[in-house]
Amino acid sequence: MEITMIYYLIPALVMFCCGLYGFITRKNMIAMLISLELMLNAVDINFVVFNRFLFPEQMEGMFFTLFAIAMAAAETALAIAIIINVFRWGKRIDVSDLTKLKD
Amino acid sequence: MEATIPVLILAIPLFMFLFLGILGKYMSHKLAGILGTAGMGVTLILAYFTAFTYFFAGTPEFVDEAGQRLQCVVFNVDWLQLYDQLVIRLGFLLDPISAMMLVVITTISFMVHLYSNGYMRDHHGVWEKGFQRFYAFLSLFSFSMLGLVVATNIFQMYIFWELVGASSYLLIGFYYTKPSAVSASKKAFIVTRFADLGFLIGILVLSWYTGTFNFTELTSVPVADGVSAVSLTTAEGVKNIFASSAVPTFMGGSVMTWALVLIFMGGMGKSAMMPLHIWLPDAMEGPTPVSALIHAATMVVAGVYLVARLFPLYLMEPASLTIVTVVGAITALYAAMVACVQIDIKRVLAFSSISQIAFMMVSLGVATPDFHEGLGYMASMFHLFTHAMFKALLFLGAGALIHAIGSNDYTDMHGLRKYMPVTHITFLIGCLSIAGIIPFSGFFSKDEILSSCLGNSTVTYIWMSLVAGLTAFYMFRLYYLIFWWKEHKVREGHHTPHDQPWTMTLPLVILAAISCVAGFIPFGNFVTWNGEPYDFMAHFDWNVATISLIVAVAGIAVATWLYRKENSVPAKMRAAIPALWDWCYHRFYFDELYMFITHKIIFGCISRPIAWFDRHVVDGAMDGMAYVTNKAAYAIRCMQSGNVQMYVWIYLLGALLLGAVTAVCLMF
Repeated sequence: MEITMIYYLIPALVMFCCGLYGFITRKNMIAMLISLELMLNAVDINFVVFNRFLFPEQMEGMFFTLFAIAMAAAETALAIAIIINVFRWGKRIDVSDLTKLKD
Repeated sequence: MEATIPVLILAIPLFMFLFLGILGKYMSHKLAGILGTAGMGVTLILAYFTAFTYFFAGTPEFVDEAGQRLQCVVFNVDWLQLYDQLVIRLGFLLDPISAMMLVVITTISFMVHLYSNGYMRDHHGVWEKGFQRFYAFLSLFSFSMLGLVVATNIFQMYIFWELVGASSYLLIGFYYTKPSAVSASKKAFIVTRFADLGFLIGILVLSWYTGTFNFTELTSVPVADGVSAVSLTTAEGVKNIFASSAVPTFMGGSVMTWALVLIFMGGMGKSAMMPLHIWLPDAMEGPTPVSALIHAATMVVAGVYLVARLFPLYLMEPASLTIVTVVGAITALYAAMVACVQIDIKRVLAFSSISQIAFMMVSLGVATPDFHEGLGYMASMFHLFTHAMFKALLFLGAGALIHAIGSNDYTDMHGLRKYMPVTHITFLIGCLSIAGIIPFSGFFSKDEILSSCLGNSTVTYIWMSLVAGLTAFYMFRLYYLIFWWKEHKVREGHHTPHDQPWTMTLPLVILAAISCVAGFIPFGNFVTWNGEPYDFMAHFDWNVATISLIVAVAGIAVATWLYRKENSVPAKMRAAIPALWDWCYHRFYFDELYMFITHKIIFGCISRPIAWFDRHVVDGAMDGMAYVTNKAAYAIRCMQSGNVQMYVWIYLLGALLLGAVTAVCLMF
C-alpha cells in the first residue's frame, strides 16, 4: 500500500476539527489553549506534508513549520501569563467571565 | 557691476531682521538700537556707493555714448521654476529711478533708525516694551522696500509689495495692546490686500498677453548683454507684443488698458488714492517714526513708483493715463480739504501725504513725451524725492512734539516756539518746503509738476494750483496752531516741554538741511522717463513759477491772518459753513460709507445668507452623517458581547460561508 498525501491530511483534519470543537466548547482557558495548540499542530502537519509531497526539492514548508512552532511557544508563554493574571484577579479561569473588555 | 554690493544692500537688513528678531530679547535695548542703526548705516553707505557709481561712473553698462542712461540688470537668479515657460526670478535692476529710490529709502530709514533710539523711550529713559522687536520690524521693512524698488520683474515687485504691506501691518499694530492700533493695522492690511487683488489680476493679464514678467522686456529693448534702454522706438517694439492683445476687448477697453488699470488699482491701495485711502489716516496709530518712514516717505509712494516703472506701457494707453490723472487730481483736492480741519497733527500730515502723493500721480498722468520731453515724469520723481525728505522731517518733528507733550492734538500744544527751538525751526523749514517757497526743495518739484500740468490742460493746472494753495494754507495753519496761537499752558502732571535728545534732533537738522538744498539738484540730469538728460533750466517757465509762488504766499498769508494769534475768526468761519466743515472734519464720511457698504450690504445681504447656508446646509449634511453613524453604531453594539467563543463561532461560519460562495462561483 502506498502512503499518499491523503493519509496525512485526514488525521490533520481530524486534529483541526477536534481543536476547533474544543476551542468553542471548553470554558476553561487552559483547555482552550490546548485546543489552540492542537489546531496549530494540524496546520503544521499540513505544511510539512505539502512540502514533502508537492515540492520535495524545496524547504519552505519545513521552515515555515519551524517558525510556527517557535511562534506557538512564544504565544503559549504569553497566553499563560495572561491566564495567571486573570486567575489572580478573579480566582477563576473561566472564559465566560471575561466579557468586560467589550466596553 | 559686481553683484556683491547689491546683494549686501538687500542682505544686511534681512540679516538684521532675523538677528534682532531671534536674539533681540537676549540683548540690552541699547545694544539692539545701536546694532539696528549701525546695520542701516552700512546699508546706507553701500546704497550711496551704488547710486553714485550708477550716476557718475559713466561706464558703458550704465550710460551710452549719447548720454542716455540705461537699465542694468546686475543679477537675476531663477528663484522658482514652475515649469519651462513660467520662471519667477529675483534680481537687482539698476536704472535712474531705482538708484534714486535706493538713496531715498536708505536715507530716511537711517534717519528713522537713529531717531527711534530717542523716541522709543520715555522722559525717564525707560525703553518701550518690545524695543528690539521694533528694530527687527524696521529692518524687515527696509529689506522689503529695497527689494521692491530693485525688482527686475513684476512678480518680484509683487512679492516685496506684499512684504512691505506685512511689515506695515506689523508696525502699525506695534502697540498691540491698544484696540485702536489693532483695528488700524487690520484695516490697513485688508484695504491694501483688496487693492492688491486688482494688482495680481493685472499682473496675470499683462503677463499672459506679453509672455513675460520682466520690466526690461516690457518697457525697453536690450542694447547689450544685461543692459537695456528705454525709448519711444522701443515702446513701438513693445507694442508689437501687444499686437495680439489689442484685438480682445472687455467692456469697451482693450486688454492692455484693463491690465494697466488693474495694476494701477494696486498702486491706488498702497499710495492711498481715493477711494482706497481710508487706511492711511488710521495707520497713524503706529509709532511716529514708523509713520515717517512707511506712511509718508517710502511705502506709500510705491504706487507712484509702480506707475513710473511701467510708464512706457501707460504711455501706450492714453486712457489709463487719464484715469491716473483724474484719480490723482480728485484725491489731491479731497485730501487737502480734509487736512484743513483736522485736530490731530499726525492726521493733518497723513492727509497732506495723500495730497502730495496725488500730486505725483497727476504729474505722471499728464506726462507725455511731446511736452518738454516727458517733464511730468521727471517732476513726479523729483517731487517723490523732495517730498520724502520734507515729509519725513515734518513727521519726525511731529514725533518730537508728541513725545514732549504726550498728546497728538494741537489743542494741547500752542505756543511751543520758545520751548522747542530746534523742532520749531526744522518744522518751519519743512512747512516752507511743502508750501513751495523758494528756495526750499518743494518749490522746485511742485513748480515742475504745475508746469507739466499746464502742458496738459489749463483745467488741470488751475485745479492743482488751487490744491497747492490749500497745501500752503493747511500746513501753516498747523504750524501756527502748534507754535503760536497763544501762550503754552503746561498740562497738569507734565513737565515743561523742551527739545529732545540729540538722537532725535540730529535727524531733524539733517533732513532740514537736505530740504533746503535738494531743490538745486539738477534732477533732470539723473532721472527722466527714457534716461536722456533733460536740461531743466532751459525749459524753466517763469510765469508758472511766479504764479505758484504767489499762490503759496497767499495760502500762508491767509493762515497767518487766521491763526497767528488767538482770535475768533476761525470759529466764526466754521459757524458760517458748518456743513462743509463737518464734511471735511469727518473726511467726507468715507469711513461711514465703507462701514455701511461692508456691514449693511456685504455682511447683511451676502455674508449672512452664506453663513446660514454654511451652518444649516453644509454643516447640516455633516451633522446628519455623524448622527446616522452614531445611531447605527448603537444599534449594532449588542453584537459585541465580549464572549470570545461566540466570536469564534461567527468567524467559523463566516469562513465556511465564504468558502461555499467561492466554491459555487468556481463551479460556474
